[in-house]
Amino acid sequence: MAILIEVRFHGRGGQGVVTAADILAVAGFKEGYWTLSFPMFGAEKRGTPVVSYLRLSDRPIVERDEIYNPNYVVVLDPTVIGPVRVEAGIKQNGMIIANYPKPAEELRKEHFSSLNGSIKVLTLNATKMAMEILGRPITNTAMVGAFAGATKLIKLSTLKETVFEWFEKKGEELANKNVELVEKAYKEMEGKV
Amino acid sequence: MVRKVVRGFYAVAYAVKLCRPSVICAYPITPQTEIVENLAAMYANGELENCQYITAESEFGAASILVGASATGARTFTATCSQGLILMSEVLWNAAGMRLPIVMVIANRSLSAPLSIWNDHQDSMAMRDACIIQVYVENNQEAHDMIPQAYKIAENKEVMLPFMVCMDGYKLTHAYEPVDLLEQGMVDSFLPPYNPPIKLTTKDPLTFGCYAPPHCYMEFRVVMQRAMMRAKKVMEEVFKEWAELTGRNWGGLIATDYMDDAETAVVAMGSVVGLVREVVEEMRKDGKKVGLVKIRSFRPFPTEELRKVMKDVENIVVFERAVSFGHEGPVAIDLKSALFGHCNAKVYSFAVGLGGRDIPRDLIRKCINNAIEGKVDEGFHFEGVKEFEEVII
Amino acid sequence: MKITLGAVSKPYSALKMKTGDWGTHWPKVDEELCTGCGTCEMFCPDMCIEVVKVGEEEVNGKIKEIKKAKVNYDYCKGCGLCAEVCPTNAIKMELKDIYKV
Repeated sequence: MAILIEVRFHGRGGQGVVTAADILAVAGFKEGYWTLSFPMFGAEKRGTPVVSYLRLSDRPIVERDEIYNPNYVVVLDPTVIGPVRVEAGIKQNGMIIANYPKPAEELRKEHFSSLNGSIKVLTLNATKMAMEILGRPITNTAMVGAFAGATKLIKLSTLKETVFEWFEKKGEELANKNVELVEKAYKEMEGKV
Repeated sequence: MVRKVVRGFYAVAYAVKLCRPSVICAYPITPQTEIVENLAAMYANGELENCQYITAESEFGAASILVGASATGARTFTATCSQGLILMSEVLWNAAGMRLPIVMVIANRSLSAPLSIWNDHQDSMAMRDACIIQVYVENNQEAHDMIPQAYKIAENKEVMLPFMVCMDGYKLTHAYEPVDLLEQGMVDSFLPPYNPPIKLTTKDPLTFGCYAPPHCYMEFRVVMQRAMMRAKKVMEEVFKEWAELTGRNWGGLIATDYMDDAETAVVAMGSVVGLVREVVEEMRKDGKKVGLVKIRSFRPFPTEELRKVMKDVENIVVFERAVSFGHEGPVAIDLKSALFGHCNAKVYSFAVGLGGRDIPRDLIRKCINNAIEGKVDEGFHFEGVKEFEEVII
Repeated sequence: MKITLGAVSKPYSALKMKTGDWGTHWPKVDEELCTGCGTCEMFCPDMCIEVVKVGEEEVNGKIKEIKKAKVNYDYCKGCGLCAEVCPTNAIKMELKDIYKV
């Protein structure tokens, strides 16, 4: 049976929702998966709710439709939870990994109380982490690290290498900061699973 | 060859670079913009040798510049879509009549109004009668591979026509996926430098697309139709050569799966083909005799190929990504005219995914099942439409 | 869903879409520092900051209006341009409460 892992990313324009899926497509490929990532743009403005998709498989990926039943949902911004039904269609034993300033139990109580118990909810204050390290509220690299730490689908070393390469052309300092952010989020999430 | 995860627009821009174009000219329009942005960056970095990158004031200007450049014997490239392609159309009809092998990528996008930036095939379908070769690709590897083949076909002396590589906007252009990137040596061995039979120079002035009064206009049109028909053979040969060179066989003017004993043929074009193929495979496992026909070349239309594979089928299901308003979907229109008198199958055509509406697996399965089980009438239907009320304002 | 003839829509429909939750930061105006010069008003891409009369004062025997910048938080997307252009640094971008622990 072929493996197909489907991930949906939610956030707002400017936070790097599309890049998050893209970085994981590159890192996943390095780990031996066939990968596909693509965005669903809205009005292409900073601040609008944005969705992007990632598929990982052991065979070439031909499905290009949107992801209705994800294994994982990654939320890059706490304010889209509620206005956007981020949990829609999530599979049994799935996982929601959210940038949220409060503990997971509170997020579940506030927004996902009717969610099946087999679905794990994990939180991380990625905005704070990004503000501390990058000085800007761009949460994609932190959430990419959190995704890898929570799911163990991608090794930390592979992810760090990919993130460094991704940001290298914008300067080594920025690349190193993003790598630091990935590692911090990965380790914090690893401890929460 | 290196396998890398790249975006669709990079995959085509990189392939264009390997084809050593002499003039690139374009005007930005989403979702095409990043294709020419990547080429502009390559140009600025000095990676495009003996090439001029010209920014135009509009798509009309871009196409006009390329007409001039191509007439001088330059290998040319542009990319556009949607309103940009429609704005180019006046020039492109001229390019075809002047027999200029301009290669362009169309990042397929819907047409206004209402304004939409998302994907369907309405833009390139509007150009189907312009004597421009149109090939629709399924994924970014096929898009990457199609660029050198497009030049080789378009520049063949038997053909000499513009060529559109149609790739779905966003679905392909903005998707990251693994692509085996070609090497320069391989492309150089496959694609000779462009050396047209006539070249416009300042020393030897010529008029392209001269005045043709009624006593000779028709003959020029006959010649154009002949070139399109000859292109079929050239395309088959080039596709075959490509398969031998790279080991990637994308098929001929059409590509088929499970058609040997199929009772129902499913016809699709572009990025939806992959998912349609999966649904067909699933239905085969359920014992349903379904087959897939992927149309790769829409112009020239694969009339003989379709007659051959559709000979014994009972039902034909066509997934349309455009509408010929006042009639039906353009693919089914052409398919039916090709099959008239050659096949008695019932033809069901479904317009899906207009203006970027998603085409989920269940919708594809539902359309095919409804046709097989006779739950819908023959002919044209819109599928995946919501409940709505028509109001003045 | 209503589909209008010619895809016609009436003006001001954008008012229904409150975009105030888009940004991570709010602009906060320090009224002590604000001189009411209106630079922010001129630069705001969404017309979300306006200089309004908040009172009057007597200067050299003449009555003069006191003006201050006011932010419309229903629509401010938190781009931070106002804070960037303010000549007296009266506007600071503050992280919204929802992002704080």
